[in-house]
Parts: sequence; C-alpha cells; structure tokens
Amino acid sequence: MGNTYVIVAETKGGRLRQVSLEAIHAAALASHEEDKRIALLLGHQLKEAADELARYTEVILIDHPDLASYQAEIYFAALTQALDPIQPYAVIFGHTAIGRDLAPQIAAHLNAGQISDVTAISGSGDAIAYTRPLYAGKAFENRQFSSSPQVITIRPNNIAPAQPASTSSSITELSYTPSTSLRSVIKEVVSKSAGRIDLTEAKVVVSGGRGVKSKAGFQPLEELAEVLQGAVGASRGACDAGYCDYSLQIGQTGKVVTPEIYIACGISGAIQHLAGMSQSRIIIAINKDPEAPIFKVADYGIVGDLFEVVPILAEEFRKLLCAPN
Amino acid sequence: MNIFVILKQTFDTEEKISIQNGKIAEDGVKFIINPYDEYAVEEALRQKEQLGGSVTVVSVGPARVAEALRTALAMGADEAVLIQNDDSESDEFTISSLLAAYFRDQAFDLILGGYFSVDNGAGQTAVRLARLLDIPHASAITHLQITSNHATVNRDAEGDTETIEIRLPALFTAQQGLNEPRYPSLPGIMKAKKKPFLTLEQQQLNGIEAEIAPKTVRTALSLPAERKSGRILQGTIQEQTVELVHLLRNEDKVI
Ligand SMILES: Cc1cc2nc3c(=O)[nH]c(=O)nc-3n(C[C@H](O)[C@H](O)[C@H](O)COP(=O)(O)OP(=O)(O)OC[C@H]3O[C@@H](n4cnc5c(N)ncnc54)[C@H](O)[C@@H]3O)c2cc1C
Repeated sequence: MGNTYVIVAETKGGRLRQVSLEAIHAAALASHEEDKRIALLLGHQLKEAADELARYTEVILIDHPDLASYQAEIYFAALTQALDPIQPYAVIFGHTAIGRDLAPQIAAHLNAGQISDVTAISGSGDAIAYTRPLYAGKAFENRQFSSSPQVITIRPNNIAPAQPASTSSSITELSYTPSTSLRSVIKEVVSKSAGRIDLTEAKVVVSGGRGVKSKAGFQPLEELAEVLQGAVGASRGACDAGYCDYSLQIGQTGKVVTPEIYIACGISGAIQHLAGMSQSRIIIAINKDPEAPIFKVADYGIVGDLFEVVPILAEEFRKLLCAPN
Repeated sequence: MNIFVILKQTFDTEEKISIQNGKIAEDGVKFIINPYDEYAVEEALRQKEQLGGSVTVVSVGPARVAEALRTALAMGADEAVLIQNDDSESDEFTISSLLAAYFRDQAFDLILGGYFSVDNGAGQTAVRLARLLDIPHASAITHLQITSNHATVNRDAEGDTETIEIRLPALFTAQQGLNEPRYPSLPGIMKAKKKPFLTLEQQQLNGIEAEIAPKTVRTALSLPAERKSGRILQGTIQEQTVELVHLLRNEDKVI
C-alpha cells in the first residue's frame, strides 16, 4: 500500500488556478507510482472547477457557503475534517496568499515539517530534494524531510503544470460541519485584483519604477501589459511615491515573480528589487541612464525615455500578435 | 495590554551572500532586525502608547541575537527575552515549538511578528505558533485597531484588502505599509541598558527537555547561476524595438 499525497487546490473567480496544476505535477514528482494522489477542493459552487480538476486526478470536494472566500479559521476547520481521516503522508499547497497561510497551520496541526516556496523537485525514492530560494534568491538550498507527514508549498510558475489524463477521475463530495466557536469574522473584502491577472502567476510582467513619474505614467505600461496579456508590477520607489498600490510591489519585501518576460521600465535595479524578479526567464530593461544597474541583469536593454519606448514597443507587439498568420 | 513581539535577526538586505565550507559566510556581515519584524515592534509600541501595558520582545537564536533585541529595547520595548539556540540546523518546527513552550507560561493579549523573514523566506513560524497556542491569527496585516478585547485588522491578500474582526488573545503578522518604524533615540539607547533582559536555556522551558529534532534538513547550498551580461540594443528607438520583438519571437521563442 502506498502513501497518500493530498494537493490542496485553489480557485480564483470560480476557476482553477494554474498553480494547482503545478502542485499536482509536484505531487507526481515527489511520490511513487503506487502512491495515491488526491486533490482537495474547498469553496462554494465549484462544480465546474471540480470537473476540470478530475481530468488530472481524483478529487475530494467540500462545497459549502461558509467556504465562499478564504477565512483562516474556517478553512483550517474544513481542511482538517477532510485530512484527519486520510492521514496524509504529504500535503501540497501553492505558495499563494492562501497556501502561505493555511500550510503552516496544517503543519502545526499534523506536527509536521514544512518546506516552503519550492521552485524545483529532484531525486527519487526516499531522497526527494526540494529546491528553494534563500535571501530572496541570492542563494538556493536543497532541503529534504527527515520525517513524515510532510507539508510543502510550491512557488507559482516554476514547476511545469500536470497534463490532463485521457479519462476523468472520481469526485467525492464531503460535507463540512461549521465550527460553532469562531473567534474571527471577515467584515469586508475590497477587491482590487478582480479581473486582473495575478502578478505571481503572470507569464509577462511589465513593471514601473520611479521613472514613470506619476499615477498617469503607468498608463502606457498597462497598455503594453494588455497587449501581452501580462500583469503590471512596480518597484518600491514607485509605490513609496504614491504612483501605485503597494500590492504591485515586486522585490525582497514585495512579491516574487518568475515570468517568462519581465520588462522593467524606469527602474534603477536596486538589490532589493532584483530579489523579486532576477529569476525571470528573460529580463528587458528600459532606462534613460545607460549606467543603471538594471542593465547588469537584463538580457536586453534599451537606453531611452520610457514614455517614448513603451508605446512603440506596445505597437510592435500588437502588430505581431494581432496580425493574421 | 500584554503585548509580545517575536522577532528574528537577519542579514542586512544589502549584504552579498557567499558560501564557505558549505555554509553561508557570516563573518563581517551586518545583522539587522528582520524588516517585517521591525514593523511588528513599531506597531507594538504604538498600541502600548494608546492602550497602556507593556511590550516584550522575544527571539530564538544564538548570542549575537541579543543585539537585535537591544535595538528593540532602544526603540521603546520594555523587556527582552532571548531563548538560546545555537543549532544552525533548526527549522520552523523547532523554533515554533520553543516559542510555544515559552508562551504557554505567559499571560498575553497580543502577539505580533513579521509576515516572513527576508533570509529564509518561509513564513511559517508565527502562524505555526498561533496554531500551537490555539489562538486566532491574521497574516500580512496593514492596519490594526484594538477596542477592549477585539482587534480589527486589514489584511493584504494578493492585492485584495480584507477587514477582519478577531477576538483577543490573537497573533498578527506585519506586512509592509502597517507603519513606519522609528529609529532608536540616544536616550532610548541609554535606557535600554537598564531594561530587563532575560536569557533562557531551552531546558528551562516547560516541556522542552533536550534538543527538539528538526523535521527537515538542508542537503545542499548553492549560489544562483550568474546572469550573463545582456545586450544593449542599438539604433533608433524604432529599430531597437523591432529588433527586440524579433529576438523574443525567433531566438528566445517566448512570444
Ligand atoms: C529593507 C529594504 C527593503 C526594500 N524592498 C524593496 C522591494 O521589495 N522592492 C523594491 O523595488 N525596492 C525595495 N527597496 C528599495 C530599493 O532599495 C530602491 O530604493 C527602489 O527599488 C528604487 O526604486 P526605483 O528603481 O523605481 O527608483 P530609482 O532608484 O529612483 O530609479 C528610477 C530609475 O528610473 C530611471 N528613469 C527616470 N526617468 C526615466 C524615463 N523617463 N525613462 C526611462 N527611465 C527613467 C532613472 O534613470 C533611474 O534608473 C527596499 C529597500 C530597503 C532598505
């Protein structure tokens, strides 16, 4: 009999998140053939997402109005109701706002070790090594578990997503018994990200720094991001100056992104900013100052005024992407 | 209000990282309070200024951590506690277990910490502690208001802002934007020298006799591959952008 690996899947706006497919693949990389892999989906009105998920692996669904949006205590209660009878060998989360909050709670509950923010999985058998960044990507470590159960969170955009199987797996619905002793309640959620592509999962990130000079200065960057179906990010310089919301900040004390293409516009390339984006596949820098440190990490650099360069760049991409083949 | 802050000492974020004998080299390195934990210290001081009470800063680590605790005392904290742990192999399981053992003997209303540490970046210890103590928590808060035995917090969830009401005692982790940390003043530094500073051995903690074995182990350490110096494109802006788009499509095949 094999061990059970549980993947805690996430949805956004009712749709399955890409990172959950990556987590399913992570489970496959970490486990043996004979092990069991189950995806656990918590939320409300998630029939479609559950069907989608079943194309990849067996699914346990907990569908309850109380789970409509994330709440630490309620999700913990629902998750443990599902996990305790399973006695999982490993539980895998995305290293997302929800995964980051839920995983350590589950690790404490299971008295388990946890390896966070995993970017690669290697090895086989009992010697599975999890690669993760240290010092915001200035170093990397391989870490292994010396005990089970195991809790893992994986960084979005780093492990390839699972491929769907030819036949669908089963979906088992579990009921959730609401806890009667809640000590916290969500009063309000102000969604600033609705409809936006999630920064940490975006394939293209167009970032603005102090060089954009104003709130309105982000407009050309937004247009470029739209053409490339990417997300807009920022340096702390831009956030501190009030040009944009702190939720866009990329860097050591902001978000970490690893897109296919990172376009830094009017960003000097301070070490704390590099910490959040230097693992991007292709880095493009647009800066007036040919001496700007950002050029040292950029694959391609354009020395020039971003207000001139960015619109032309958007136009060139538009020509390419919208042209009939 | 009995306010506690759990804090960690980390490398200064400007430090260059190098590896010596399979370990991250520490000689000559400048250590600071983990920037997120600094927000937690500041918030504790502000809450105390409004509500009265005391602020105790607690850290687990080697002797050098005393310096970070002294800085917090100089900022205005009342007491410091250092739980000695020289084991560089300690993981979040170990640290949270030690903290939980310490807190089980304390009367606390509020525990504040940082969202994550900038060296290890795992973001586990504080949330694990909340669960071990069976108190509610909210992570990545950007606003905190306390009225009698309730806290109202704003929390940053991937760009969305949630407002949550939580019964005390509770634990919160600080996100950037919560406040602007103060600098230690000269009188603050002088006063800090006379403030209570407690150093505890692990064995002095209830329920912790010997070492607590970590549950994960580091097996390799490496520096990232150097990015090869990139190409500064040439020509007019128009020519450069055309070339860039061409390169992305035909050489890198990312478009
Ligand atoms: C503890 C700590 C944590 C930090 N965390 C972060 C973090 O997470 N993320 C982060 O980004 N920073 C962080 N910082 C701040 C960081 O050190 C820098 O101050 C910040 O990144 C600078 O932002 P910037 O590059 O936008 O601004 P600047 O350094 O002011 O650079 C602006 C750049 O824009 C260029 N420019 C100006 N006008 C134009 C134009 N019209 N066209 C083209 N180029 C133009 C200039 O040549 C310049 O290079 C942190 C700092 C500390 C101390």
